[in-house]
Amino acid sequence: MKVTIDAARCQGQGRCFGIAPEIFDFDDLGNGVVIGDGIVDDEELKSKARLAQANCPEHAINIEGN
Amino acid sequence: MTIKPPVGDFATDWDHTDPQWVANPYPIWEDLRGRCPVAHTDRYGGGWFPSTYEGVAAVANDTENFTSRTVVIGNGRPGEDAPPAPIGVAPPISSDPPFHQIARRLILPAFAPGPVNALEPQIRELCNHLLDEMGAGLDINAGDDFAAHIPVWVIAKMLGFPDEDRDLFREFVHIVLEGVDEPQEQRIVSFQPVLDYIERQIEDHVANPRDDLTSYMLNVELPNGDKLLPEHIFGTIILTLIAGIDTTWSAISSSIWHLATHPADLERLVNEPELMPLAVEEFLRFYAPVSMARLVKEDMDYLGCPMKKDDWILLGFPAANRDPAVFENADQFIIDREVNRHVTFGLGIHRCAGSNLARLELRVALEEFIKRFPKFELSDPAAVTFSQGQVRGARFLPLTVLN
Repeated sequence: MKVTIDAARCQGQGRCFGIAPEIFDFDDLGNGVVIGDGIVDDEELKSKARLAQANCPEHAINIEGN
Repeated sequence: MTIKPPVGDFATDWDHTDPQWVANPYPIWEDLRGRCPVAHTDRYGGGWFPSTYEGVAAVANDTENFTSRTVVIGNGRPGEDAPPAPIGVAPPISSDPPFHQIARRLILPAFAPGPVNALEPQIRELCNHLLDEMGAGLDINAGDDFAAHIPVWVIAKMLGFPDEDRDLFREFVHIVLEGVDEPQEQRIVSFQPVLDYIERQIEDHVANPRDDLTSYMLNVELPNGDKLLPEHIFGTIILTLIAGIDTTWSAISSSIWHLATHPADLERLVNEPELMPLAVEEFLRFYAPVSMARLVKEDMDYLGCPMKKDDWILLGFPAANRDPAVFENADQFIIDREVNRHVTFGLGIHRCAGSNLARLELRVALEEFIKRFPKFELSDPAAVTFSQGQVRGARFLPLTVLN
């Protein structure tokens, strides 16, 4: 699974790094960023990534693969 | 307060200060979603109220057709007297693109999770201090003696305003947000002490710069190297003061009201503190305090409605949060709800700049409150009051502490 954030959509709602701090961090403006290359293998973390995606009000999180 | 005719049909005559709406707006919104998803009113000079998630999201994300130059609905159309876009009276909330992004980028770093999370120990200490002061008595007022103080303290600290003026800020907030149905001339008179006070604080910061948001605004430069205009600094200070206080206070007090009236949720939260992050998001969804306003830029048909230039749009984020098209069992408070795409902090470019701060204050306030008082109930349910206008929350909240 590869997780990315669409920076043009992200408005810094803060849900992703609240739900899955192992995958998401924030920048100086408080916008979400993906840690590292965004590749997630661990099953538990994958479900956290999906949960973050389902909670993002701006629909800014993209997930490729499963 | 002016005497107004009661609302007969909210679909054609809505009024967000009507006593029915203030007491319990949720059935009204549910009814509107079913038969008239964009309601109209001739009050306030004319306006529209989308009650669905889809309608709210469409307007919030459409800065081409709607302007933010006035975000609090007042009596009458704003007309020529309203400060012009793109800066507006309280940047960046009142700003439109492209200036909006410049004004917003200036303040976002101060409200990013890094600096905000650093305040957690102090907020926790403040909460405990407030709880100590409430004493060991059985009767407490969780609104005035607890919830209200937390954001006031935090905002005074961020702006670098004197601690002892905290009661004044609460009065200012009341003037700006709850006096919306006063005549315009009266509002200008009521507002003067707020202007004078902020002017004095700015002068003091010019003379004695320090490490706070006010001094930062005085020193920071725009990308072109210019300093901020005095009205920009002034406007952002007003915004921080008004938007940072009533809102969070409302979220905290409404959440405590919920716990006082739903003992099973209270018990669960006391016994399973790890639920708090999910519970906080559900409190935010279910008791979202803030509705914003927009103005229609030009005559147009939008969402099937004949909108006119300068018509108000009441952007009901709390109504969107109850839309069953987006939320399963939308009308139920589910303390461990996992999928919760609420729009309590708005959507799009005007996402509440203080959302990280608000979330932190709400979490810490609830954690400390239920640690101190694991069992409580309303001492007089009929006495509880809710604020009117675009920020909704419990105000007078008398509780009895149980053993």
